[in-house]
Amino acid sequence: MTRQRKAVALISGGLDSLLAAKVIQQQGIHVEGINFFTGFCVEGHTHAIRQKDRSRVKRNNALWVAEQLGIKLHIVDIVEEYKDIVLNPKHGYGANLNPCLDCKIFMVKKAHEWIAEHGFDFIITGEVVGQRPMSQRKDTMPVVARESGAEDRLVRPLSGRNLPATLPEREGWISRDQLYGFNGRSRKPQMALAEQFGLEDYAQPAGGCCFLTDAQYAVKLADLWQARGEKQYEMDDIMLLKVGRHLRPRPHFKVIISREEGEGNFLQGYRKQYVSLLTTSHAGPLALLDGSVDADDIALAARLVARFSQGKQAERVELTVTALDGSQQQLSVKPLTAEEIPQEWYI
Amino acid sequence: MSPVIVDARRLLCPMPVIRVQNRVKELPPGTRVEAICTDPGALSDIPAWCRINGHKLIETRTEGNEYIIVVEVGEES
Repeated sequence: MTRQRKAVALISGGLDSLLAAKVIQQQGIHVEGINFFTGFCVEGHTHAIRQKDRSRVKRNNALWVAEQLGIKLHIVDIVEEYKDIVLNPKHGYGANLNPCLDCKIFMVKKAHEWIAEHGFDFIITGEVVGQRPMSQRKDTMPVVARESGAEDRLVRPLSGRNLPATLPEREGWISRDQLYGFNGRSRKPQMALAEQFGLEDYAQPAGGCCFLTDAQYAVKLADLWQARGEKQYEMDDIMLLKVGRHLRPRPHFKVIISREEGEGNFLQGYRKQYVSLLTTSHAGPLALLDGSVDADDIALAARLVARFSQGKQAERVELTVTALDGSQQQLSVKPLTAEEIPQEWYI
Repeated sequence: MSPVIVDARRLLCPMPVIRVQNRVKELPPGTRVEAICTDPGALSDIPAWCRINGHKLIETRTEGNEYIIVVEVGEES
């Protein structure tokens, strides 16, 4: 009896990986999904933090895709291992701090380890030749297959006809004729295929689903590395970069100021790790100070935070400053004027 | 038998799902797991994860700022 062949599909939550898995599933292969959590994923976190986003219906797109396909989904936390990819990408960064090629190699490598461990036969990705400027080019797609170790056990069903035959095709586990020859940045072929499959309401992330492709986020991360004098980060750092206004009045410290209630609530959770400021005489934001600060720094930060409170036009604004040991002091400060906040302070 | 507690407070999705998933892997079918979360996204994500992976959602409830999701481990975990 022929053995039931099994494949694991890298599921990002976007349309391409959904289609790729579906194409292989339709060839009678048992498919399960794998989704890697790097810490830089866009949607879930900002959605959970910001109050204004909470009115939208929340869903995790990778779980949604798995449910559409009727497949199991294994979500793997790779936050720690992924640091080396972000900090030391062998193939360099893209337009921002996105190490897309190293990232894809790493994820396929992890999937390759997973299939060996779980007795699966091959890996599916939603990659399309020419779709992305770094990781999905005709010349870099073989690099992913080679450097990940997956070699010809890596199948890209949406572009398979543009690529050399893989092991599953040669062995007759899947038919090359039922793969596609998509090429380039146009989304029309994918949308047509989605329609053919009767798929609606799929996610269409603009510019990818990773914060590292975001120019503003990349500037904040680069600033963090520069201020600390080393390229390093912890999970809390990358979470905080997604929240609030970040201003650096002095090289040795920055102020993170919540923009709305949801962010304020989120920053509350960090009050034991950072000196915090909260306006008391007027409604205002919660702010955290990142860096070593003295009394003068705190006074300057207080004037800055007061500027973002409802007392910005007031003569004086009162604030409570909470130190790392939990001790509190009250400050009364004159808010900075808009002119007193140089544009360079904004990160 | 009291449920196995997974404390996922202050974690943002998908971390609560990952915590539940990893704990469930170690438990026999029929065991109940109670996840305590502060990200409201867990209210939809953990039930979705249960549906696709063959686990039973027993209940979801809100207690103040916390969201409690109770899951029963399925046969094929």
